[in-house]
Amino acid sequence: MDLRLCHLYPDLLNLYGDRGNLLTLAHRAEWRGIGVRIEERRLGDPVRAGDHDLYFIGGGEDRQQRLAAEDLRAVKGPALHEAAGAGAVVLAVCGGYQLLGHYYRPSDGEDLVGVGLLDLTTEHPGPRARRLIGNIVIRSPHLDGATLVGFENHGGRTRLGPRASALGQVVAGFGNNGEDRTEGAVSGTVYGTYLHGPLLPKNPRLADHLITMALRRRHGPVDLAPLDDGMETRAHDAAVVRSGAR
Amino acid sequence: MQLLAAAWALVQSATLGGRPRGDIGVFEADEAALPVVQAALHPHTLVLTNLFRDQLDRYGEIDIVAGRWRSALRALDATTAVVFNADDPLVTEVGRAHPGPRVPFGIEDDACSLGTLEHAADARYCYTCGIPYVYRTVYFGHMGVYRCPRCGTARPTPVVAASDVTQRGIEGSAFRLRSPWGEARVRTALPGVYNIHNVLAAAACTLQRGIPLDAVVRAIESFAPAFGRAERVRVAGREAILLLAKNPAGFNEVLRTMLRGDGQQVALIAINDLTADGRDISWLWDVDFEMLAGRVRRVIVSGLRAEDMALRLKYAGVDPAALELRRDLGAAFDAGTAAANGSPLYVLPTYTAMLQLRAVLQRRGVVRGFWDD
Repeated sequence: MDLRLCHLYPDLLNLYGDRGNLLTLAHRAEWRGIGVRIEERRLGDPVRAGDHDLYFIGGGEDRQQRLAAEDLRAVKGPALHEAAGAGAVVLAVCGGYQLLGHYYRPSDGEDLVGVGLLDLTTEHPGPRARRLIGNIVIRSPHLDGATLVGFENHGGRTRLGPRASALGQVVAGFGNNGEDRTEGAVSGTVYGTYLHGPLLPKNPRLADHLITMALRRRHGPVDLAPLDDGMETRAHDAAVVRSGAR
Repeated sequence: MQLLAAAWALVQSATLGGRPRGDIGVFEADEAALPVVQAALHPHTLVLTNLFRDQLDRYGEIDIVAGRWRSALRALDATTAVVFNADDPLVTEVGRAHPGPRVPFGIEDDACSLGTLEHAADARYCYTCGIPYVYRTVYFGHMGVYRCPRCGTARPTPVVAASDVTQRGIEGSAFRLRSPWGEARVRTALPGVYNIHNVLAAAACTLQRGIPLDAVVRAIESFAPAFGRAERVRVAGREAILLLAKNPAGFNEVLRTMLRGDGQQVALIAINDLTADGRDISWLWDVDFEMLAGRVRRVIVSGLRAEDMALRLKYAGVDPAALELRRDLGAAFDAGTAAANGSPLYVLPTYTAMLQLRAVLQRRGVVRGFWDD
């Protein structure tokens, strides 16, 4: 059994320890004897639906996000839609999450048109609005109500359309927009979130959930062997305490 | 706050009659406060050292901080000299726009090259084009000799440079200091490539102000590490070396410095997430802790985010049996010196963890308060 991961724009969107997410996916698969291959796709590189089981997109600053947005839509978009439709997992964090929606509207300048894999829009309320920054804890119905921990840092406010469900409800922190208590978005096998920290090391349940979905595409239903998650759990619980949620 | 601090520094160094002692005032300004501080002080010289993302969650994005620097420079007197780090593309982009005197400094020694760009590299995008620079040489983080493949914007040739660099691990380094005001071989007790940049910044600033080369060299060679920057502490015959670690590039340098020592090392890593440390600790995943795998005998983790640090080391391939978590910094220090058993203990704290540890050691009478330094 093998897992094929694709890191999109590793040189542009890599702001918040994002490679920790790939390290976590790779190690947790390898610790179970599953072979892992990680490939990178940068500006101008095409992707082919069927080549990868999971695509990861991280966060970046405005300039780099604008460059990635054009490429994502024009070069990689059609293949990503086809891949996601066939069960490949897409995970996007922060800036990458915004690009999965319909558009990102900055406080000045033109809209960034998103790739439309998630039914959501993001708007920046202007330079005087405060950034949503801090520790965050959410509770996710996609993981039987388990908590997810992370750190968020975004100016844009994201609102979900009817065809996306929230990844979770905010327990502590701001979430998608600081108002409706939703955080992140899920549609089929496409996942987006503002949680970095990075996201997956301290949330091993989500990591395993994504690995299971990614493997299903070519290997059918898979039961992952349990791992010793003592350190992961301690770090998760410490982050919950640090956020003031408990 | 920063203006108050600058004013207080003036008051503290003034005579009873209200006249400042000395001829030259040196003011360290917080990166975000630079516009206000420089407008109040009208400096002869402005020194821009580097820009890392350890303050990212306070200001949002590095580009926002760089934007404040750009506006500060537009308001500078045309006679003010700007001394800036040519090896840092973001700082250079700000400094080269100054119409007055410019003094770029940098390292001119390919032997210092890491080979490839680290994960810790922050500000490596061309300001004009937004695409990543191509590096001929990487010194650490995003510091190096770079060029934009699209518009050709490239690192300027340093006016004050370090060449023929010899790195001696924790003992510091030696290099040839080259400038239009003369050349000399210098030794510094400050370890790591980042400190070569610091020494060059000080040398460039003073040389262009007309201070003679021999006085500059004497000052460099007599300057001792202080306040957690490779500071050595002896406790009951056991040695500890304090190496402040506050961003990924600096942390990598500190790890490389530590690993230049013989044998397997013992380290205490203390991670806090208070405002002065940066509340977002995701940067730990951009540090190449993988280089520790198989090369440390024991690592004690401590601080408010000790669990995060332990988890990072697990994924870096450090043997979990070599890891020990001690929340209390004093107990962690004792466990570290005991495990080191005669060899030096490397203490790698974030900023506030270092202050806390120094307070512990001070109560034990081992170090002086930092205000005495």
